[in-house]
Amino acid sequence: MIVGEQKPLDEIRGMIAGHKKLLIVGCGTCVTVCFAGGEKEVGILASALRIKSKLDKEEIIIDEVTVQRQCEWEYLDGMGEEIEAHDLVLSLGCGIGVQAIAERFPNARVVPGLNTSFLGLPEKQGVWAERCAACGNCLLDKTAGICPIARCAKSLLNGPCGGSHGGRCEIDPQVECAWQLIYDRLQARGELELLEEIIPPRDWSTSRDGGPRRIVREDLQFEE
Amino acid sequence: MDAGKGFEPKIVAFCCHYCAYAAADLAGSLRLQYPTNIRIVKIPCSGRLDAQYVLDAFEEGADGVMVAGCLEGDCHFQTGNLHAKRRVCWLQGLLKEIGLDGERLQMYNISSAMGGEFAEATAGMTERIKELGPSPLRKEEG
Repeated sequence: MIVGEQKPLDEIRGMIAGHKKLLIVGCGTCVTVCFAGGEKEVGILASALRIKSKLDKEEIIIDEVTVQRQCEWEYLDGMGEEIEAHDLVLSLGCGIGVQAIAERFPNARVVPGLNTSFLGLPEKQGVWAERCAACGNCLLDKTAGICPIARCAKSLLNGPCGGSHGGRCEIDPQVECAWQLIYDRLQARGELELLEEIIPPRDWSTSRDGGPRRIVREDLQFEE
Repeated sequence: MDAGKGFEPKIVAFCCHYCAYAAADLAGSLRLQYPTNIRIVKIPCSGRLDAQYVLDAFEEGADGVMVAGCLEGDCHFQTGNLHAKRRVCWLQGLLKEIGLDGERLQMYNISSAMGGEFAEATAGMTERIKELGPSPLRKEEG
């Protein structure tokens, strides 16, 4: 899932300064399950902003709405009137949600309440970690299901660097060395010979190096 | 702030059904007096405390909020009071960030047998809030 984190309150206050009618829009998908921008977080942020504006003697109306998914037109289309009735939209969706609102409602002023952090999973309650870099050319079959692109600080393809110590990465002792993890898992499976296959330099054009990406499936498209 | 004489704070107390709520009941049975500033809201476990409840209480003009759960290690649901403790700590930070004194929110651990301690805790909380003065969000009586 997409993992995000709410921006500091002061930064959000800076973005909404001078506006009189704010609509906070939550998203019911990824950012709900990472406790960053779901209905509950929208409510808490709205309360916090209302209290802060009262303390600062500023007049602002703050309304709240959470849609199932901010990144799909059909969920946004029902919000048109609400968006029009406000002079600022604070999206608690990921960067995709913010852009979707801005694209669907070109007259709306939309600002982000979250920082979109990474594609990952909750390792345990309250801890999220990156697992995928969306490189567009998956090689998890060669690496025992552990992604060296996302989990190795250098995205190395053929084993660890000299910064791997005791299974940890030199950038941070909290970070596990992805190649140590790959080695350990292959060893446990008795498949270490897989490491003898050299992974050639990758074509990064499927990743960000190729510019913004797009997938077109004609079989799924409707007649224009 | 006009802290001092004449200020009677309104304090919302979120009390766990299994301990602090029963302790409040026991305080009554024991004819122990505790301040009338306390408005008790029973919750099934202090772990049920939602951050929104606390913010709503402050937004509606409460001068203080206390959360009372079981003694640590004695939660009826094993760890609800520990969750509450972390949530209260996080909320105190948020209140501070907002500019409202985090001291206005306090967590207590009180067993159902501690009627006297409940009365003392509520008296202590009332004194603490009197010292802090009225909440800047306080609504006029009317």
